[in-house]
Amino acid sequence: MKLIYEKSRPGRRGLGVPKPDLPVPEVPFGLARRAPPRLPEMAEPEVLRHFTELSTRNFGVDTGFYPLGSCTMKYNPRVNERLVGLPGFRDLHPLTDDDAAQGTLELEWRLAEILREVTGLDAVSLQPAAGSQGELTGLLIMRAHFESIGEGERRTNVVIPDTAHGTNPASVTMAGYRITHVKTDARGNIDLDDLRGKVDEGTAGLMLTNPSTLGLFDENIEQIRDVFRAARALMYYDGANLNAVCGISRPGDMGFDIVHINLHKTFSQPHGGGGPGGGPIAVRERLAPFLPRPVVERDGDRYYLDHDRPSSIGKVRGFSGPFGVFVRSYAFMRAWGPGLTEMSETAVLNANYLLARLKDAYDLPFDRLCMHEFVLGARTLKQKHGIGAFDVAKRLMDFGFHPPTVYFPLVVPEALMIEPTETEAKETLDAFADAMLEIAREAAESPDEIHSAPHGRPVGRLDEARAAKELVVRHRFDDGP
Amino acid sequence: MSFLSLTADDREAMLAAIGVESVDALFRDVPAGVRLGRELEVPPALAEAELYRHLEELAAKNELDEVSFLGAGIYDHYVPAVVDAVLQRGEFLTAYTPYQPELSQGVLQAIFEYQTAICELTGMDVSNASGYDGTTVAADACFVAKAVTGREKVVITEATSPQVREVVRTLARGFGLEIVEVPHVGGTTDPGRVREAARDAAAVIFQQPNFFGCLEPAPDIAAVTAEAGALPVAHVDLISLGVLEAPGNYGCALAIGEGQSAGNFMSYGGPHYGFLAAREPYIRKLPGRIVGETVDAAGDRGYVLTLQTREQHIRREKATSNITTNQTLLALAGLVHLSLLGPEGLRETGETCMALAAYAKVRLEERGVKALFADAATFKEFAVDTGRNAREAIRAARAQGVNPGYALGRDYAGMDTALLVAVTERRTTAEIDRLADALAGVGATA
Repeated sequence: MKLIYEKSRPGRRGLGVPKPDLPVPEVPFGLARRAPPRLPEMAEPEVLRHFTELSTRNFGVDTGFYPLGSCTMKYNPRVNERLVGLPGFRDLHPLTDDDAAQGTLELEWRLAEILREVTGLDAVSLQPAAGSQGELTGLLIMRAHFESIGEGERRTNVVIPDTAHGTNPASVTMAGYRITHVKTDARGNIDLDDLRGKVDEGTAGLMLTNPSTLGLFDENIEQIRDVFRAARALMYYDGANLNAVCGISRPGDMGFDIVHINLHKTFSQPHGGGGPGGGPIAVRERLAPFLPRPVVERDGDRYYLDHDRPSSIGKVRGFSGPFGVFVRSYAFMRAWGPGLTEMSETAVLNANYLLARLKDAYDLPFDRLCMHEFVLGARTLKQKHGIGAFDVAKRLMDFGFHPPTVYFPLVVPEALMIEPTETEAKETLDAFADAMLEIAREAAESPDEIHSAPHGRPVGRLDEARAAKELVVRHRFDDGP
Repeated sequence: MSFLSLTADDREAMLAAIGVESVDALFRDVPAGVRLGRELEVPPALAEAELYRHLEELAAKNELDEVSFLGAGIYDHYVPAVVDAVLQRGEFLTAYTPYQPELSQGVLQAIFEYQTAICELTGMDVSNASGYDGTTVAADACFVAKAVTGREKVVITEATSPQVREVVRTLARGFGLEIVEVPHVGGTTDPGRVREAARDAAAVIFQQPNFFGCLEPAPDIAAVTAEAGALPVAHVDLISLGVLEAPGNYGCALAIGEGQSAGNFMSYGGPHYGFLAAREPYIRKLPGRIVGETVDAAGDRGYVLTLQTREQHIRREKATSNITTNQTLLALAGLVHLSLLGPEGLRETGETCMALAAYAKVRLEERGVKALFADAATFKEFAVDTGRNAREAIRAARAQGVNPGYALGRDYAGMDTALLVAVTERRTTAEIDRLADALAGVGATA
């Protein structure tokens, strides 16, 4: 398919602009644009058709089953799109005085209240723009806390298990901490002996996803908490997998001091082809003074943004946060109400059902019940038939499914990380399981069919090495660079 | 619950297949000591019609019935209807990061086209797939500059957005960067002072037009910065780049900014997108996703996420950033808007903003409200001296149905009487006349 720039013809226009009968001032010499940017020149109908055609070459949750592990690709209620477009929300400027923004502030406050209850913690900042920014914000709060009690110099390390999302170690580096790696034991929990030997007076805290990226709830979470309590270190909860435990177990009750919540995962902000997200954080009372500013507060019936927070770490993003994300997630929470528990229960039921149907055909690294997701391996298929996780993923497309996350977590060879979410029908789960079983059979009987997959897509398997070597990251116009 | 499909029979059959008695038994790995053991105390569930009414009532509590000249980083530009139509395509809206290119050519090609548009607008060679917003991309630029130069100081002009400066200060701590600010002189930045500050600096970040709306001597700032061995970084407004020169054409190493003004509603501050573009040599230091062109087995053109070895899921603690989820949908909105405008529409939008802003300056001057930095050229925003506390002036004007702008005293000491007025192509001369009346204090009620 052609690029929009290749469809462009001089003289076409897709949008008129008001032209008041006024003189246009000159831009001072040296500051005025000399050559115009080569933006597309197209009429409105052709612009719409171009992007509509592009959309048909894309796959979303609206298209079909999307069991991308750790990403919680659940149904996104359409009413939320209508709500976010209400002019009272959509057209409000973020610097509007609080007295004229009572509706948005009330929504933010109500959202924070629900997040406090779901996490079991005391204070919330809605500001971080995504989960990984929530992580960085939480770690900066951790630093601010230890600096405030004179232990900032001494506490230099953050403990991270080998199953962690890549964002955790990257965030630790960005916050100026060093990493202490801790191993996973034979049941998929943190190796307690390894942990006890590594937590000391230099430890600032722990970053943990629970359930882990293996989809397993750490059975020793209370012992882990005791280790960090004894060291007077803090515990950070990566909320990427919160969809497993809403209303069942709260991070605050597990002992965590700081939590980020991925609103785009658990609370159904559409993922948008790679964003936007939302990564609010919740903390214990004693850490509240360090939260990014402003924080939304209530005084009687009046809501306001509190900017006057001298101990705050500052701002991590503009304004109070990605408000449109808040509208969708708040609406999603209100649609569920206390039933959020059933949401998590159903997510866990769906995952365990798929696991039960698939565990004999693929490698099962840990023979336990899973939570909202599980990890299988294709190492045996690879060794016996030359069919790895990558090949399984490509062949799944021929059955009409988006593949699971592959090659993560790193502790499982040829990993396939499968997260069905609560919104899938049993028929869909069965069809997916049938496809996975069929692929395992094909690996033995007709592996060529798998190696040449996917079939009938706009493109075949793409040469990723070439893309990185011969970098072409923008259109090269015929007449110039 | 209408989002779930499982029937009671389904649940029975599934539990039997798993080999457990009940859903509760699925949670046996969760120790009793960390169980909630009660219902969540959250407001009751609402049916869709009730939900709509509730949110409609909240939205109605916001007051939007005034003519607004509020800008200061987020602007009331028109968002064309085609943007809505494209963003509501479920294949875009409900997809995630294009890890599987065969199922994601739509969004991958769109990002490639977005990267091209950003490069064309800024005069740069490469662009990432977007950052969170116009503040966080400034912190990203600091990180790139540190990696490129090995220096640990970043200079930022005081006439750069206060929010941008605060985010940079917050996030620079982790990077181990020292932040130095260069004060403005009469609303713009003196390149001579930048020259001094830029010694040993990794980067100099300045805004064009700056936070006061004034046009900086950007080519001179870039030149003295580059002479000092630091990277010149321009924070620019996409909508201005049909009339104002591209940062790449006056020597900048990086161009960054808030993308909201292209394609996105103000939405109380987000979600929007930040853009980050650079000269080619810096591509391997850039944070965030980058889409590249390649071919499939049959030799047909296709697009993939590329240079992923920079990223956290591969490099972990050695990654260029922790970013994963970015702002693809909002960047797509920007691309659609820019594609509709084309080069001519973009220039006309800029010219209309400038013409209306110039008209506003004259009308205000006639009513005794003088431009604060009268010698500086401006684009769509400018500062005036209200002659009294600007917050009071705003209150008085709002009582007449006009929100006249932003009180600069909120961020700048000694500027308590200064008001920042933004004029986009959506404002009319009649509305500007009302602004002049309101600020002059003699206006009739709306």
